[in-house]
Amino acid sequence: MSASLEKGIKALKKEVDSTVGAFFSSCVNCGMCAEACLFYTESPCPARTPINKTEPLRRIWKQEYTLIGRIGKMLGLAKPVDHDFLEHWEKLVYDSCSLCGRCSMVCPVGIDITALIRKTREGLAAAGHAPEGLVGATKRAVTIGSPMGVKLPALMAQIKHVEKDTGLKIPMDQQGAEYMLLLSSMEIMNFPEFIEAIAKIFDKAGVSWTISSEAFEATNSGLQIGVSDIAAELVQRVVDAAEKLKVKTVISPECGHAYMAIRWDGPNLIGKAFNFKVRHILEVLDEFSKDGRLKITGKETQKLTYHDPCQISRRGGVIDQPRNLINLFAEDFVEMPEAGKMNWCCGAGGGVSSNERADELRLKVFQRKKDQLDVIKPDVIISACSNCRIHLEDGLEEYNMEIPLMSLTETLAEHLEE
Amino acid sequence: MSEIEFLNWVRGPAFEIATVIFIAGVVIRILEIFLLGRKRNLAEAKGSEMSSGLRTIVSRSIPDKNTFKRSSFKIVSGYIFHLGLLVTIFFFAPHILLFKEVLGFSWPSLPTAIVDAFAAVSIITLIAVLIHRLRDNVLKFLSSTEDYLVWLLTILPLITGYIAFHRIGMSAPTLLAIHILSVELLLVAFPFTKLMHTFTLPIARWYNGAISGYRGVQS
Repeated sequence: MSASLEKGIKALKKEVDSTVGAFFSSCVNCGMCAEACLFYTESPCPARTPINKTEPLRRIWKQEYTLIGRIGKMLGLAKPVDHDFLEHWEKLVYDSCSLCGRCSMVCPVGIDITALIRKTREGLAAAGHAPEGLVGATKRAVTIGSPMGVKLPALMAQIKHVEKDTGLKIPMDQQGAEYMLLLSSMEIMNFPEFIEAIAKIFDKAGVSWTISSEAFEATNSGLQIGVSDIAAELVQRVVDAAEKLKVKTVISPECGHAYMAIRWDGPNLIGKAFNFKVRHILEVLDEFSKDGRLKITGKETQKLTYHDPCQISRRGGVIDQPRNLINLFAEDFVEMPEAGKMNWCCGAGGGVSSNERADELRLKVFQRKKDQLDVIKPDVIISACSNCRIHLEDGLEEYNMEIPLMSLTETLAEHLEE
Repeated sequence: MSEIEFLNWVRGPAFEIATVIFIAGVVIRILEIFLLGRKRNLAEAKGSEMSSGLRTIVSRSIPDKNTFKRSSFKIVSGYIFHLGLLVTIFFFAPHILLFKEVLGFSWPSLPTAIVDAFAAVSIITLIAVLIHRLRDNVLKFLSSTEDYLVWLLTILPLITGYIAFHRIGMSAPTLLAIHILSVELLLVAFPFTKLMHTFTLPIARWYNGAISGYRGVQS
């Protein structure tokens, strides 16, 4: 990734479309987005106001794509878009934004601010102003196939354990399987119980599934850092594998941005509609439940709550399914205030967790989640994103809160009817 | 130039120039947006762009409960002065006469006393809005010269109109001329400032709703 200012400006120009024009033309600088953003509310610095994070893109749009801006540029009145300026914006765009999308739900004129920040990242990354941690993760994703450097032997070792523990075969590279499962590196390394849960549930459901040895990684660092070429390359790997194995549906695992990458951005990144379906694991499990393929027994008596991962709920549209599934085993399910599409981010999405420089800030803004949890005081938090889960654990520890976390898929597997 | 000549110039050539700039400017700005184009979404849709977009155009006018709590001043003051502008611009009898002259059709007016009250409340609210903008950390940070200029251009026609109606100070023709001139300033600046949100807001809201609705979320 050789970076330059010219490339950065070119990348920003490429992002300008009619939505950008309509959004920037409508902003009245009301500042309501600040109150919608946990990076502002928990660490109130006015520069962290969401709309301000889009300034690099706004300047390019104004100078290049509006009559008045072009006249201003000719008269030498245009505000510069140079290295100093972009460097200054790097921390706002990467460290202080998890692309959670809450501002986009609140803006009174309807600006999808998150989409604009995502676009702004394209320019910053191309100009060489992306955080080191994300650059490293992205390089590993391209060269090794995983942002955490997880290679096939590591996956195979975990699968061997799972097969031993469950007595079930994990079907690798099985042609014609109905479902192809993707995994996040974090699941492979930290939560292999997820693979175990899938093996048990799919076995009971009696459906065929497989994991591709060529494309098992679900995460997409290209999307987080904002380099569409790389994001497209990572999506293409999954598409090639799915086409080779002729599967009907690709399953995105318990990871927020992975779902965004493959479900919503994927076809647009590679410029071609998929000839297979993409579903989140919770959508698949909810379908199983409705078809009578998922039989659950026993109840959890503890007070449970569900943390909506932003990219799965607000940005992804999978909101009802987790609730349907939790109600299969929960006796005492309580929603946090502002749950569902207005949920507050844990603070670590959108590449923030891969960016060590942002560690202090992401723990600080966790206060927002703490406040939400303090209202209902749950015994257990359920989520459906490994990244949320790791960060929730970090945050709870930081604030001396002892609330265990559960994965929804894993909990369902524990309650399978024998 | 006598005051009558001045009034005639303001009502005649100046008004025509301002109107042409306003209309041409708005058309150019809208074209600027749509000519940028937008790629077709290739992902399998989960909901309709059109219906979600249309719904968001309306639904975004009503904030959710918690957003209202967090930004109540902005929302309430915003509603008041926008409603005030709507009433004073479009429901004041002399204005409707002008619209009839220009557009060829008219609509019922509201009693003058009511319009007068709306104007007064709007002026007071706009002053409060300015004070808020000057005191709030986020707003102070976000605001540029344009924000203050637009504020001035918006309040001037209200104030000059109020003064002209109540005939405070100068003679009637001069007061009227000043009022019309302030509206002309607003019209000329309109297409080139954030005042454009009047026309682009439905477009932005539609896109917001469409993007979300495509993924099955009502925004």
